[in-house]
Amino acid sequence: MTVMSFLGAIGAAQREAMDADERVIIIGEDVEANVYGTTGAGKSRSDKGDFLQMYGKNRIRNTPISEEGIVGAAAGAAMTGLRPIVDLSYSSFLYMAMDQFVNQVAKNRYMFGGQASMPVVFRSAMFYGLNTGAHHSDRPYPMFMNVPGLKIIAPSSPRDAKGLLRSAIDSDDPVLTFEACLLWASKEEVEDEEFWIPLGVARTAREGTDVTIVAISSSVPEAVAAAEILAEEGVSVEVIDPRTLVPLDRDAILRSVAKTGRLVVAEPAHRTCGAAAEISALVAEEAFDSLRAKIVRVTAPDMQIPFSPSLEKQMYPTKDTIAAAVRQVLDLAPALQPAAS
Amino acid sequence: MTQLSRETLQEMQLRMLRIRAFDERASKMVKRGHIPGTVHTSIGQEAQVVGATMALGNGDYMSGNHRSHGHPIGKGSPLGPLMAELVGKATGVCKGKGGSLHLADFAVGSLGESGIVGSSIPIATGAALSSKVLGNGKVALAFFGDGAANQGVLYESMNMAGVWKLPIVFLCENNQYALSTPAHTVTSGVIAERAAGFGMPGVRVEEGQDVLAVYDAVSTAVTRARAGEGPTLVEVVTYRYNEHSEGLRLGTDYRDATEREAWLKKDPIVLFREHLATQGFTEEELDGLQATALAEVDEAVAFTDASPYPDRSVAFDDLYTDTEYAA
Repeated sequence: MTVMSFLGAIGAAQREAMDADERVIIIGEDVEANVYGTTGAGKSRSDKGDFLQMYGKNRIRNTPISEEGIVGAAAGAAMTGLRPIVDLSYSSFLYMAMDQFVNQVAKNRYMFGGQASMPVVFRSAMFYGLNTGAHHSDRPYPMFMNVPGLKIIAPSSPRDAKGLLRSAIDSDDPVLTFEACLLWASKEEVEDEEFWIPLGVARTAREGTDVTIVAISSSVPEAVAAAEILAEEGVSVEVIDPRTLVPLDRDAILRSVAKTGRLVVAEPAHRTCGAAAEISALVAEEAFDSLRAKIVRVTAPDMQIPFSPSLEKQMYPTKDTIAAAVRQVLDLAPALQPAAS
Repeated sequence: MTQLSRETLQEMQLRMLRIRAFDERASKMVKRGHIPGTVHTSIGQEAQVVGATMALGNGDYMSGNHRSHGHPIGKGSPLGPLMAELVGKATGVCKGKGGSLHLADFAVGSLGESGIVGSSIPIATGAALSSKVLGNGKVALAFFGDGAANQGVLYESMNMAGVWKLPIVFLCENNQYALSTPAHTVTSGVIAERAAGFGMPGVRVEEGQDVLAVYDAVSTAVTRARAGEGPTLVEVVTYRYNEHSEGLRLGTDYRDATEREAWLKKDPIVLFREHLATQGFTEEELDGLQATALAEVDEAVAFTDASPYPDRSVAFDDLYTDTEYAA
């Protein structure tokens, strides 16, 4: 086992995939200089493990700042024999390429009656919670969940980031991966040998019996922290991390709710039509009889993200707001809530 | 001018005749309700289509647009599955899920049409990137119209192709109208001259109704691309005879009647027939090509009519390679 950071795990997955299959290439803005730390070992070209040195310019390509062109070209390359990994850096930049994502990447296989396959991965980071203002703080994965044909992952731990990315690269369908920058520095032990975590399989981050929290991306560690607080209050919380949002592991969510009878959903995206809304609807439709309390969502409000740290930090789920939601579904006295809320 | 074999010349005329016959029949079938929705015909633009597609090799790639029945036909697709697709039959080239706006025939390198103007240009650019990275010597060609020439993604694609020296031809089919809008009223400067800004050759084929002129220009671009010298922008001046789409009735005469008459006199199929007559083709042979094309379209329609509609379940497959639709 090796202790890996979230970013280090992504870099390791990319290196393994590049070694395993010559059809894998990495294109994107600033990938040659290893700006984000996922295409090399250090910040110097002479560092051992530098991707450009290892794989050459044919397979590691800086792109112009042309998101629509990059995404479309990656789709065309995927349809003709390559398996590109596209680094789009900030997830807010995906909107520049919306036509290509929605009209080409997602639709081509279907429209052409299965003639096309689209083995391409689009990586982007969600820079929310880091005081970057409204143009760099988006968490846009729910919009893409609304586009049939895309697969979507949102890993919350280094091990998941590595294993899911390997499966994403090996998938013959387009996969968008949304990585929370807040998690980049998080570390955990990861096995040394290659491994793949299948898409569409949730992880139980903590087992419990009283309440299920389904949490997404950086809300997962917050939910686990909330569970620890609540454990001291005698409440047993189960935390489910879907890890893959499309296809969603519906069975894992429904099984957990069948056991606990209560559901809180926490995610950093906006409230309306978010992943939490979809998961809530799923449980209301499929597990209504198991529910012993109303479902509560803890999400970002339907509001733009302000710059000032004093304004921004209230926008996303925290361990305290998630714990408060759990107390709400348990109908516990408000007095148990922390004074801060 | 390239010396072409008698067989190649004959094939050029046959493919133009196929496109004409196919689209004339499709136009009638739309009006009778035999084809659902609408179609955008290539009638009048056959020289531009065939001159470009025949300059490509069998393994080469191309992407198309909304006016794209001619592209796969020009590249050698059989007509039956194309016609069946227009009608929405199970035997359609896309199993009835694409229709007129989304024909694709990967067997001949047709990576698909796009109903979104300009949207398929980066797809061909990516195919060229693939060819470059894999070193397989294939060339890609992106078809787009004068309307798409004002989409930003064209210039993103040209820039990438230029800086990476990708084996691609950007082929602007300038039929002079974006639906009702005359190109010169919304287009600054000359489209072909925009190539200079990207350090690539820009060629304007004024005689776009002459299949050999188009073939020559595109062949030069394809040779250059295959030699690793990078992309070329080719603008072909042409004209569509029919309305933007079949059945469309516009309230105003945006095209001068005399303008259409003048272009009809330069019909690409008539022009090439006259040329072939000077090359030793007999009237019987030339009539025979026409009869062959019409018979192939009759066969394609018969194939279509004899084909079943797809099972309802087909609507729910082909979204992913390995994931069943979860209702």
